[in-house]
Amino acid sequence: MANKDTKKTKKEKEQKSAEKLNLAQCSNAACGAGSGKERKLTGEKIKVTINDKELEVDKGLTILEAARKHNIHIPSLCYHEDLCVAGICRVCVVEIEGERTLKTACTYVVDRPIKIKTSSEKVRKARKFVLELMLANHFGECYSCFRNLNCELQKLAQEYGIDQLRFGHVTTPRYKVDKSSYAVVRDKDKCILCKRCIRTCVDLQEVGVLEAANRGIDTKVQTFFDKPLAEVVCINCGQCINRCPTSALRANDPTEQVWEAIDDPNKIVIIQTAPSPRAAIGELFGLPAGTSVTKKLNTALRMLGFDKVFDTNFTADLTIMEEGTEFLTRVKEVLVNKNKKVKLPMFTSCCPGWVKYAEHFYPEILDNLSTCKSPQQMFGAILKTYYAEKTGVDPAKIVTVALMPCSAKKFECNRPEMKSSGYKDVDYGLTTRELAQMIKEAGINLPELTESDFDHPLGLGSGAGLIFGATGGVMEAALRTVYEIVTGREVPFKNLDIMPVRGMEWIREAVIKFEKVKPEYKFLEGAEVKIAVAHGTANAKKIVDEILAGRGFWHFIEIMACPGGCLGGGGQPIPTNLEIREARARAIYSEDEALALRKSHENPEILQIYKEYFGEPNSHKAHKLLHTHYTPRGRY
Amino acid sequence: MLIDSKKQILFSEFTPGYGLSIALKMSPEKIIDIMIRSTLRGRGGAGFPTGLKWQATAKAQKTPKYIVCNADEGEPGTFKDRILLSDYSEKLFEGMTIAGKAVGSNKGIVYLRGEYRYLLKKLDKVLNRLRKIGYLGKNILNSGFDFDIEIVLGSGAYICGEETALIESLEGNRGEARNKPPFPTDEGYLGCPTVVNNVETFSYVPYIINKGADWFMEIGTEKSKGSKLFSISGDVKFPGVYELPFGVSIAEILELVGARDTKAVQVGGASGICISKKDFDKPLAFESLPPGGSIIVFNKSRDMLKVLKNFIEFFVEESCGQCTPCREGNYRLLEAVEKLERGECSINYLKVLRKLAESMKYTSKCGLGQTSPNAFLSIIDNFKGEILARPKKVND
Repeated sequence: MANKDTKKTKKEKEQKSAEKLNLAQCSNAACGAGSGKERKLTGEKIKVTINDKELEVDKGLTILEAARKHNIHIPSLCYHEDLCVAGICRVCVVEIEGERTLKTACTYVVDRPIKIKTSSEKVRKARKFVLELMLANHFGECYSCFRNLNCELQKLAQEYGIDQLRFGHVTTPRYKVDKSSYAVVRDKDKCILCKRCIRTCVDLQEVGVLEAANRGIDTKVQTFFDKPLAEVVCINCGQCINRCPTSALRANDPTEQVWEAIDDPNKIVIIQTAPSPRAAIGELFGLPAGTSVTKKLNTALRMLGFDKVFDTNFTADLTIMEEGTEFLTRVKEVLVNKNKKVKLPMFTSCCPGWVKYAEHFYPEILDNLSTCKSPQQMFGAILKTYYAEKTGVDPAKIVTVALMPCSAKKFECNRPEMKSSGYKDVDYGLTTRELAQMIKEAGINLPELTESDFDHPLGLGSGAGLIFGATGGVMEAALRTVYEIVTGREVPFKNLDIMPVRGMEWIREAVIKFEKVKPEYKFLEGAEVKIAVAHGTANAKKIVDEILAGRGFWHFIEIMACPGGCLGGGGQPIPTNLEIREARARAIYSEDEALALRKSHENPEILQIYKEYFGEPNSHKAHKLLHTHYTPRGRY
Repeated sequence: MLIDSKKQILFSEFTPGYGLSIALKMSPEKIIDIMIRSTLRGRGGAGFPTGLKWQATAKAQKTPKYIVCNADEGEPGTFKDRILLSDYSEKLFEGMTIAGKAVGSNKGIVYLRGEYRYLLKKLDKVLNRLRKIGYLGKNILNSGFDFDIEIVLGSGAYICGEETALIESLEGNRGEARNKPPFPTDEGYLGCPTVVNNVETFSYVPYIINKGADWFMEIGTEKSKGSKLFSISGDVKFPGVYELPFGVSIAEILELVGARDTKAVQVGGASGICISKKDFDKPLAFESLPPGGSIIVFNKSRDMLKVLKNFIEFFVEESCGQCTPCREGNYRLLEAVEKLERGECSINYLKVLRKLAESMKYTSKCGLGQTSPNAFLSIIDNFKGEILARPKKVND
């Protein structure tokens, strides 16, 4: 029947193990971390003494990793599990017997028996000085800061009982806040130069917008020539926001405008909610990561005053119909009609971070991107056309809000071409964090609420639409539909779970063989469709480079700009790490499993909208409202 | 005091091949053994035993290996390497070649201070000549050993004199110190085992190979063998570069260079310490007063607070800015000096700053931050009276 094949190159395997061990290393040392020694755990144990307690730890772990494994707390700041180590904030210094200076626990690899003191007088005093020095150069107006009570610097100051600022305190802002970008706001006044953002942008994402500039006390994290973020190659992924320990980076917050719209009796305010925020927003109300609160959230949104609550999964299903059809058309054009103008592989286009990355760095592949809008934008377009007509509402009165796990969605909804309804298709993009803030402000305790359903129509989504939230989800959803369209049978995977495309490996591949196809797809008989999935733009880059170099070939590729996919998006609750992302993914996949409706093409509301409005996928009307085009942008 | 030319090494007779022709006939182990026995210590300032450094690099598994010469002489008041580079570079190149033979490297790189660009032509000429006469390049002196040297220019950052920041700079990155371990001997330039030695250190090598470890050990003190170049400047009659044996005292040097009414001597450049009269009899040696490469003399007309401010301003500007204690700490020390200048610094605050400076010594990431508070601590301690006696002092 079908042949699935998961090829893993050696490099990818190494990547996986690196991620699993949280040993992300950088090669270019932009973070000052050095040459990035490859650390492998051999299973060999070493006896180390931590605070007079003898412990057996894995040879090759850093002191910090070893201590955390044994529940010994060492504070840290510039360290982040997702990033290569820098060892620059000096908060995690420890005393090692025989060493003249204190050593940073985050960088020091245990390779011999050593005696470590994690909180000797010398260590405590050093840490306190380091924190005081940071605080002295930080515009720390905690009560008017969006990271208040979720700030790592504040938390450390509290932990170390800092009750005076002996080296002074910044009382007035020194820098202009950069609000030029629709997505990311930068405030240098809050920056403590931990360089997590640089390591995120340069090493994790390989975008390279932020770098250290100047020297000594003049050192700053800076864009190219200190240009506003809107004018550089920022892809708006917001991964820097998720890793910033303070509020030097945050999302551009439209909460005020959303409140205004809600308070305006002449406006009909409609919100769509994406699956990833629903699997994560609970974290901001004290629930463990991986608790899905979809239906409670519906109740909360109605309490806030949203007039209608719809499910982005609906347009995710619509995306699958459009994109799946587009894919089959592309394949036919290339294979049967030998049309040179039509390009394969086809890349997904629902991730606005990836789209902008391609526009900046790979303008030559823009014809390979699916022309489908993202589910968010499709939703906006149909709300102000189909839905307005159907309900007899003046589209001018409709305000569309999208709850997204994403900062790039804010940029996307402000793209000038996103006005196919005649209006701005999506008025505001809210992040998970911003909506949580609105809910708190309204005095609502989300976990306590009763559940309620989405509004209809446009409120029904399949499990296929739901799993868009996790890396590989779009590919899985597309395959569930495309395979069935072509063969008339379900995808040959147990319980519809296409496991080869799931997981957190950076790059995943599979081959799907089409056999016994329907007569109209005869050209696909026996075809082996090669697919790939990548998350994190650094891995997208690897795939695109393979293709451009003529080494790699795939037919269909899913790219998500953020590690983990949307569930790890730049608008999601802070902190983030692999464990949290995996928990969110589990929540999404188990929700899919529990649904009766798990294929986009079986969604009755989707069938209804085609019947009533679009006719068929990729129709003229569908093209006008549901598809888009891209803009080549410079690399500099 | 008269200079004893018998105790001079670098300024003694030399012809190309002086040590190299002998070293090429030796096994790498033998060369390293001689170097270890000579107890030659790095002349860049930190004084790490050169032989041990070479041994570690030789033992490292990864290849290729590199020999890097740190010619980023940036320590204020230091100009001894300049002389070696401009007039005696053959010794340096020969020392590097011998190091290459000892550790199994075929490639040497001289990281030349940006401000020494004017020496580039001259140095390239010397290299070309050595290549022509078979002392560099393929099959050196028909020994089957290949070694060549390339010169790379720095861009003027003080931090690039720190060996790992130098390597970062060589690789084309921002000059920032790496975390240690791993040390360059295991993972240096391009992640490969690398020997990084100072210009002066390499220059001793041909002599040690030619005359042997025992000869070298006859000069100097118990723990600091050999001679040392000193760049002497400031309030002296005869400033310049002097080669003197380890163990010489400050007082002897002051006499030699014609210093009068000396109040203070800064030993080891801006990152060194400032001593007052009471310590002038101390010998210059790693175990006593680590000399670095520079002696700056101040006579009684100098304002020590101004001297201190000058040094700290240097560090505030030259800190690479990556680690908190160095970037922020030096700035706070400068602030304190400015407060002292205005007579606004309380004794209590000065005590806090003293503790901060102490903490910077063992909390900073690299040698720059670890040594930057030396001037502050030593001047505040040794010239407390003068500094606190300034007008408008606030006591609390």
